[in-house]
Amino acid sequence: MSVTELTYRQAIARAIADEMEIDDRVLLFGEDVGAAGGVFKATEGLQERFGPARVLDTPISEQAIVGCAIGASLRGLRPVIEIMFADFAGVCFDQLANELAKYRYMTNGQVTVPVTVRLANGAGGGFGAQHSQSVENWFLNVPGLTILTPATPGDAYALLRAAIRDVNPVLYLEHKGLYNLTGPVSDADLDVIGRASVVREGSDITLVASQLMRHRALEAAELLAAENVSAEVIDPRTMVPFDYETVRSSITKTNNLICVQECSPGGSWGATLIATLAGDSLELFDAPPLLVGGDNTPIPYSGALEAAWLPSPERIVDAVRRTLAY
Amino acid sequence: MAAERTAATRRVVEKTKSDERGLELLAKMLEIRGVEDEVQRMFTQGLVRGTTHLCQGQEAVAVGVCATLKQCDSMTCTYRGHGAVLAMGAQADAVFGEIMGKAKGLCGGKGGSMHLTDVAVGAYGAFAIVGAHLPITVGLAFASRYLGDDGVSVCFFGDGTTNIGAFHEALNLASLWKTPAIFVCENNLYGEYSPLRTTTPIERLADRAASYGMPGVVVDGNDVFAVIDTAEEAVARARAGEGPTLIEALTYRQVGHSRSDPAKYRPPGELEEWLARDPIVLLERKLAEDVTDPARIAELKEQVRQAVLEALERAKSWPDPELDARFANVLA
Repeated sequence: MSVTELTYRQAIARAIADEMEIDDRVLLFGEDVGAAGGVFKATEGLQERFGPARVLDTPISEQAIVGCAIGASLRGLRPVIEIMFADFAGVCFDQLANELAKYRYMTNGQVTVPVTVRLANGAGGGFGAQHSQSVENWFLNVPGLTILTPATPGDAYALLRAAIRDVNPVLYLEHKGLYNLTGPVSDADLDVIGRASVVREGSDITLVASQLMRHRALEAAELLAAENVSAEVIDPRTMVPFDYETVRSSITKTNNLICVQECSPGGSWGATLIATLAGDSLELFDAPPLLVGGDNTPIPYSGALEAAWLPSPERIVDAVRRTLAY
Repeated sequence: MAAERTAATRRVVEKTKSDERGLELLAKMLEIRGVEDEVQRMFTQGLVRGTTHLCQGQEAVAVGVCATLKQCDSMTCTYRGHGAVLAMGAQADAVFGEIMGKAKGLCGGKGGSMHLTDVAVGAYGAFAIVGAHLPITVGLAFASRYLGDDGVSVCFFGDGTTNIGAFHEALNLASLWKTPAIFVCENNLYGEYSPLRTTTPIERLADRAASYGMPGVVVDGNDVFAVIDTAEEAVARARAGEGPTLIEALTYRQVGHSRSDPAKYRPPGELEEWLARDPIVLLERKLAEDVTDPARIAELKEQVRQAVLEALERAKSWPDPELDARFANVLA
């Protein structure tokens, strides 16, 4: 495949289709993923193309969806399942955290569980407190799960294909606010799990930001450039396993770090990143590393309140100024 | 005259066959009873960590159902699953070894009493979260249909499981997709410490099958031949593509919920009543009524007892896992 321009949502459908095309073991199921093409239209056309035996609609039964995928994977199938809004992971937390993540370990490797779980993350759309969360942090301390957070169509495509090929369970978190984003997609490099991406080079400060925040960090970097501040922006792309090395080598150059995440701070990937680097690389820092995140409240509904809840480019710029003034 | 003789000959052949099969079933049930009795003893010797859940009194359910399965079939069970895993053909020494956390245990000492798994014999796992394995069983069954391999998937669980959400989600999906799954509810009258009637507003759990458009069948879970007949029907139905069945096997947990439970909540006389209907006693009586030589039964009992003790001694002699083993198999 040569480089193609696709939206983020088209990139997802394309990744699933390309894996289904070459591997009969790959199948897709979830609520409304078939006939309706997904409530976010990220699986549009797949049932028409591959038939209802491989693209199946399920009842509203998240535990059954995840459990069924686990069981099918034990027999060598490669299920891709959708949990729709990521918040619904709460309904099937047991299946994800106790079964999917631990099955191989508890049986000492008698089983492999190649399940890809797609979940739609993200605030900003006015969906309220139960349809807007970014849930990667819920699973950070559940060993056994690989967690992916693509922010561009290209990464969405490559990471999803890599997830489906992976022999281990993967949580693949899409961001609802990015579905319409357009960008280049290619299959040239699918070895992307665990590799962060330096998306803008800079010398004064390192901004590590994922999904919607990656784009806001880039906006902030533009604003900062006008103030002669050179910000490097890194998108981790994978939350587990986290690419500490790329961040560490960036800080070796910039000596400053700000993590920008959509979720609130407690037990988060940004907090873990800061704790890790403070523990093993404290000498690299000119100023204390900062965490910019959503407020420590549920996500409010009102447009004005939700906009204030989400970190804005201005809040990121403000944090950079404070860090550099330290 | 000739026809009569043929018929008589066939009867003898059938009787011998059922006699041999009966002894096989008895041997397996005795093995499970022997292992469970030893595990109970091992606790007092400090050889078992955490807790354990024993199945004395319920052996006929696992043995009867698993006797109807083929190589391509799969089984999942609960933390009260030592019996089911042995019924599938797991080796007793590896079961003991796992319960003691030994390197050569079924799961290398990483699973323990509640997670006995032996995929090589089709025992795909024992699960310690009530109800969690029912959806997984649906997936195993779904895969058989997807792959066209004729396999069925059996799932054992307790009466308490029928009150948890995953039970309902799993039965609904299994029936909707007509997966070759067989749900076997071992109704032993107690969910942990609570009698069934205090947690469940209906008496016959098999009635719950009706909500999902599948047959719900009640069977005497202490009569191994009745269990086999019922399971054979469900398995045949599943293999024929007609979908899942819910079997409610009426049985009794002769011991407490776990090692810390002396089961003082039992009404007086209940245990004694069920001990009189012990599945092993019932099977022995049945075999004695047939042509089986009582000496053969006695001999079999002694053989199994010796084999269990030898398996236990072997497992005791095994080393603990290497400490680095704890890092293995988080991921493939």
